[in-house]
Amino acid sequence: MKNSSDFNFGDLQALLRFGHKKLPDTCFLLLNVQDADAAKQWLSSAPVSSALPAEHMPDTALQIAFSAEGLRALGITESVIQGFSDEFIIGMSGDESRSRRLGDIGANAPEYWTWGGDAGQVPHALLLLYAAKNGIKAWRKTVEGKLFNSAFQLMRQLPTLDIGETEPFGFVDGISQPNIDWQCRQSTDPHDRDRYSNLLAMGEVVLGYPNEYRQYTARPLIDPKTDRFAADLPNAEDQPALKDFGRNGSYLVLRQLDQDVPGFWKFLDQAAGSDSVKRDQLAAAMVGRQRDGSPLLPLAEEDIPGIPSDDKFNRFNYIADPGGNRCPFGAHIRRANPRTGDLPPGVTGFVCRLIKTLGFGSKRPDEDLVASSRFHRLLRRGKAYGPVLTPENAIKANATVAERGLQFICLVANINRQFEFVQNAWAMSSKFGGVQQERDPLLGHRQPLKSGIDTDQFHRPDPDGPMQKTCHLPQFVTVRGGAYFFMPGLSALKYIASLPNNHKDDSL
Amino acid sequence: MTPQSNFMIVATVHDGQLDELRAVLAGMNKSIGLADPNNPLLPFGRFDRLHFARFTIIEARTANEIAAFDVSPRPWQPALAFIGDCDGDRDSFLAELAEHAGAGLERIFSFCVGFPDANSNTLLQWMKTHHIEPAANYINWLGRTVRQVHEEAALHNSLSAYLQEIVDEVGRENTRVLRQKLLSHVELEKQAGRLTLTPPARTPCRWQIKNGLHKIGIPLILALLSPLFLIAAPFFAVRLRMLERSDPELFIRPTREHIQALSALEDWDVTNQFNVFGDVKPGLFRLLTFKFLMLLTDYVARHIYNHGFLTRIRTIHFARWVFMDDNRRAFFASNYDGSHESYMDDFINKAGWGLNIAFSNAVGYPTTRWLIKGGAEREQQFKATQRRHQLPSEVWYKAYPDLTATDLARNSRIRKGLEIRQANDEEIRAWLSEI
Repeated sequence: MKNSSDFNFGDLQALLRFGHKKLPDTCFLLLNVQDADAAKQWLSSAPVSSALPAEHMPDTALQIAFSAEGLRALGITESVIQGFSDEFIIGMSGDESRSRRLGDIGANAPEYWTWGGDAGQVPHALLLLYAAKNGIKAWRKTVEGKLFNSAFQLMRQLPTLDIGETEPFGFVDGISQPNIDWQCRQSTDPHDRDRYSNLLAMGEVVLGYPNEYRQYTARPLIDPKTDRFAADLPNAEDQPALKDFGRNGSYLVLRQLDQDVPGFWKFLDQAAGSDSVKRDQLAAAMVGRQRDGSPLLPLAEEDIPGIPSDDKFNRFNYIADPGGNRCPFGAHIRRANPRTGDLPPGVTGFVCRLIKTLGFGSKRPDEDLVASSRFHRLLRRGKAYGPVLTPENAIKANATVAERGLQFICLVANINRQFEFVQNAWAMSSKFGGVQQERDPLLGHRQPLKSGIDTDQFHRPDPDGPMQKTCHLPQFVTVRGGAYFFMPGLSALKYIASLPNNHKDDSL
Repeated sequence: MTPQSNFMIVATVHDGQLDELRAVLAGMNKSIGLADPNNPLLPFGRFDRLHFARFTIIEARTANEIAAFDVSPRPWQPALAFIGDCDGDRDSFLAELAEHAGAGLERIFSFCVGFPDANSNTLLQWMKTHHIEPAANYINWLGRTVRQVHEEAALHNSLSAYLQEIVDEVGRENTRVLRQKLLSHVELEKQAGRLTLTPPARTPCRWQIKNGLHKIGIPLILALLSPLFLIAAPFFAVRLRMLERSDPELFIRPTREHIQALSALEDWDVTNQFNVFGDVKPGLFRLLTFKFLMLLTDYVARHIYNHGFLTRIRTIHFARWVFMDDNRRAFFASNYDGSHESYMDDFINKAGWGLNIAFSNAVGYPTTRWLIKGGAEREQQFKATQRRHQLPSEVWYKAYPDLTATDLARNSRIRKGLEIRQANDEEIRAWLSEI
């Protein structure tokens, strides 16, 4: 057992540990490398924030991540690049089959994106700047310094705006986050626990550590004998003869999601017959929380590991609501994190465990459709944009139309098993957990299935019997851009910065 | 009850004709990944006993992996496999195929070595002699016919639309009234010919006897042999652990081109097809273990897991394990709901031990401990090996587009709820909530 103080936070970028919520002034930049030498020189002195807790709250932060193309542009050899996962190398928009799985079809299709849609022109780097109120201008100037303009070409500044704790639809956001188990307190052996836990193995978000399968996620490892610049990289825990370029790094998924706030509230208002109570009920059912963030379920009686017992927003799971009467199956937060354990609920003792493992003893045919949430968690670090529009104003005929939405960011160790799985199998699936003809009521596109079956409904199971059905949901969220990045650890950043021009792996 | 059966007609493809065969097969598709049910070569949709069908070219793309065991790879000639699952017995279905799609099938099989063949002078005879019986076979719901699936889906659609109407009319509280109205609605629709609910056919006598004998026969034989097993167990355990420790583990990432070619065929329907083909680990011990585990798999699939779930997995419609090439190679094919990634994760997380039992005797499988531990839990190795061994289906047909096994089971429950008399309001509410 390790103490928190034993863990070397100094090599992690701060974003893995802190959400920078106290630094509301932000600037997200998409960059292309223009002059690799200048870029590396800039990088060598860039004040990238580490996860080491400072004595005083810092009033600025800088995080940086690169796409596969960006790493190439900085001289990372192809053999290192090939150590990354396929989805990172191919990119979010680089394969039609991926777009189909992610729901990036119709209005979401990459061809309509404002950035990142052309797989050949994915931005090289993502710079995330955070500062205290009104501090971003000065911070940006400090960060950029002299070399910046010759080193990089600014492709796009992503809009961000501090609108407090809510996302643009008006719901308090970012409540549920996995609690990273930095101290390795929790066993990941399925025999030791079968219930939902909010503690998550470090290896699920940080590369170079065991994940929830007790395995090391594949990542680029470098033989120091063939690459002398790699000497200062940390060793790979599982293969100590090799240097771990991925260690303390994480994949960063960025998606710009446009939110049609007036469209959302106007539709709900109409569906509720302009009854504001019913409107709010329907909205809460779609989200799975009230606007203030409180869940639709009573708090769980027993503690959930990784959730403080007084956390009234998070201490719940869906065991007490197997029929979805309180929180519909299709509700956004139930899809995004079904809070299921490895075994269906109600396992007591060895025999019962065996029976359930063999698939018997189900009380409901749908009780075990979605299990093992722990393998599909996301650490979210998104930021909203666009002016605030309250629901009450959004339903007015003259509601101000503006670009509003979310720069969705999540950090994961395995893009495919975490982000893409959640997006595909949970959010976009019209069959998630046995639902009928509906996708995520907030995020989903509404394209019918290939055979013509509609998927634009939303069902609220009702204790009275027949489900309450809402039909013809329009699309509320549209993807406007996106890319997969890798956010290296600080020593990996140093390695990148130290590479000479025309760096080649000696073994090639 | 009409039991389901399967067929898998396999024949080697003539040298140099693979590309042309692929082109002919591609012509049977309506769009990428989905067969045209009315294609002129084999109009699948005309055969109302056919659940799933596919044409797959079985190639040994991973044949060299066995070299890691110091065994020299054997050559393998690419073979065409025509695979399907149907209602009723196989022979009568093949006869139906030969009768109504003879010309098309002859065109397709003309690419195969030994077609036509002097000994089997008819297409039907040829198909029968080229059929390979699976070592284990899984049917999601024994007795559920294609016709039943369609009828129950139509019933659900009709009830769902009508329920919405009457809820608006009489409210949702009075469940007995709602139920009564739904019952009369179904009666009217039946009379108008818009709904049909065919009662189940009588279970064929021969099948019942055969199945019953199998059901008691296998445990009986195993019980009789159990003293032998007991004596052999320690030796088996030692040998197994030795092999599990020494078998080479291959962690080879499949190429991106391979994965892209496979995933291009996926996620057009809510169900997908899956084929894997590889070598059985060398040695008699592995082969016998594999065969024995397949015998058990087949037994439990046939007699225990035949109503909607295979252990905790509820997303597989049909699946089969087949030994080929004189037991040197194994082939697996399935039809599953959801994306490939979710299929794999479901399996690893819910039934990793089952995967290990079913596949750990094949070359390339991640190291297991005691047959059931480890293996698939080595998630990335497992995913790499199954993708690497996966083969595309050139043509894939599903008789009920965009319906999952969960949908089919729900539709059957809805029908059942119509035909029985619920005991109390609670049960009526539960029934209404599914519509």
